[in-house]
Amino acid sequence: MKDYATTIARKPLPVGKLIIHLVFVALCIACVFPFLVIIGTSFQNENDIIKFGYSIVPKNFTWDAYRVILHSPGTLLQSYLVTIATTVIGSIVGMWVTTSYAYAISRKDYRFRSFLAFFVFFTMLFHGGMVPSYILMVKWLGLKNTMLALILPYLISGWFVMLMKGFLQTIPEAIIESAKIDGAGELRIFARIVLPISKPALATLGLFFALQYWNDWWLTLLYVEHDNLMKLQYLLIRVLKNMEYLNSAEAIEYGLVKPGMLVPSLSARMAMCILAAGPMLLVFPLFQKYFVQGLTVGSVKG
Amino acid sequence: MIKLIKRNAGLSMLALPGFVLIIIFNYVPLYGLLLPFKTYRYNLGIWNSPWAGLDNFGYLFHGDALYRVLRNTILYNMTFIVLGTTLSVIIALLLYELSRRFVKAYQTILFIPYFISWVVAGFAFRSLFDMEYGVINRLLVSLDREPILWYSDPKYWPYIIVIAAVWKGLGYSSVIYYAALMGIDSEYYDAAKIDGASKIRRAFSISVPMIKPIIIMLVILQIGSICYSDFGLFYNVTLNSSLLYKTTDVIDTFVYRSLIDLGDIGMASAAGFFQSIVGFCLVLITNTIVKKINPDNSLF
Repeated sequence: MKDYATTIARKPLPVGKLIIHLVFVALCIACVFPFLVIIGTSFQNENDIIKFGYSIVPKNFTWDAYRVILHSPGTLLQSYLVTIATTVIGSIVGMWVTTSYAYAISRKDYRFRSFLAFFVFFTMLFHGGMVPSYILMVKWLGLKNTMLALILPYLISGWFVMLMKGFLQTIPEAIIESAKIDGAGELRIFARIVLPISKPALATLGLFFALQYWNDWWLTLLYVEHDNLMKLQYLLIRVLKNMEYLNSAEAIEYGLVKPGMLVPSLSARMAMCILAAGPMLLVFPLFQKYFVQGLTVGSVKG
Repeated sequence: MIKLIKRNAGLSMLALPGFVLIIIFNYVPLYGLLLPFKTYRYNLGIWNSPWAGLDNFGYLFHGDALYRVLRNTILYNMTFIVLGTTLSVIIALLLYELSRRFVKAYQTILFIPYFISWVVAGFAFRSLFDMEYGVINRLLVSLDREPILWYSDPKYWPYIIVIAAVWKGLGYSSVIYYAALMGIDSEYYDAAKIDGASKIRRAFSISVPMIKPIIIMLVILQIGSICYSDFGLFYNVTLNSSLLYKTTDVIDTFVYRSLIDLGDIGMASAAGFFQSIVGFCLVLITNTIVKKINPDNSLF
């Protein structure tokens, strides 16, 4: 046993492998470095930012930026609420609509199977474009400044249907046949048999949906003007573009800084980014497993 | 007839909600393809607005805007297709050489940029490129070099945009190819090993040919959307700075600006029409060519 361990230890790491590892370590650093700068800067003292620029390690650690934001968190909380509501509703409804459609076109004995499959596949090839969709939403459906505008457009998409179809096709026909013989209706078979055995695929789909709704700012940009319907990511766009997170008059009024002190607006911007994006950045990697599974099950070939 | 309906009623009911949504959000807007041929009036609607002939296209083709956005869009997408695909395949091949433990760790980290929105990516890039406080300019200053005005000089942006796109998408696309590699029967490799093929030889003679169908499929889809761009990348990472439009304005940002900022529906819809038609033709052409060469690799 001991001999075995020493032989392994003595065996030099092949140069090729070492190079591969170095490549990946470099890539990984490139992936996380900017985020570390954002985190570091959010804890930095405003004077230090002006003097030394953004940096990973704060010279003088301070919570000022977070204190300023959380002192009047109304906008942030409202955006969280809108984002959570649209994400939950959109993901659940979207999963139902997508999976039930995909299930129908995955069933070989379904008469309208090929028509409906082509019907959805075609949408992946040809789009009407931004302008007609905008007129449809705003003028015909009258959805400007409504929560529905933030949900409806993403409920079903060709990609997701094809992904689920690829998975649902692998369900053995015998299972469905036997349920049919027992006299179960299609809806019952779908809800009681198909959905439970599709849990891994549903997890993947749910993750895709949640990611899409959570990270969306496009629908807000197009269809929402009211501040109380602003999604988190859109709030961040505003913060990103405006140099000043809050102006000094406001800050003094709120009693956050004394006259003559610098308002931590640069660090507050970064802190805002952390508060808005941080939670999801921690949650999504946990579900990465389903993500990778999802990519392997579905084939998009029509 | 009744029997036919009855037998398919259950599944049709299941497909119905999706069917309705697809009609409303994907097919009804196709009616809007009439728009560029009309002088759109909000009070009259699409159908009753007066015909404009090809005027809208005239305006579009007349200025130099179309040439600029078309060139940017296509050049960027071609770069993304070539560079993105090559790098993803290389990364997947490298991952394939490593043990599961490392693969998982590296993948998790490479996936981080994929999970964030382009807005947060905008923050990430700004923390590096900010002209006053950004890490890069501070580094340049400390090396006694002049700071660079990143957000007002278009000449650097082709590189930054490509880096941003690769940075964000590499984790995802390399996983797709890695998954495809995992599906290859290990017997091929064993046989090659016995024949004395080197690792690099095995990668090029077994791995790459085996995942070729999926590479081709993804490339076709990308070619089909060569006229479309990731709006978020060009809008958020550039901070939508008008000084950079020379190298960062693409069809999507142009259409958006014409529609929302200028309210020029004619111009916006003409550009959108152009995008839809050219995009569709490109998928058909590419698919036909692939089908001729190898029917198994075609998309449909």
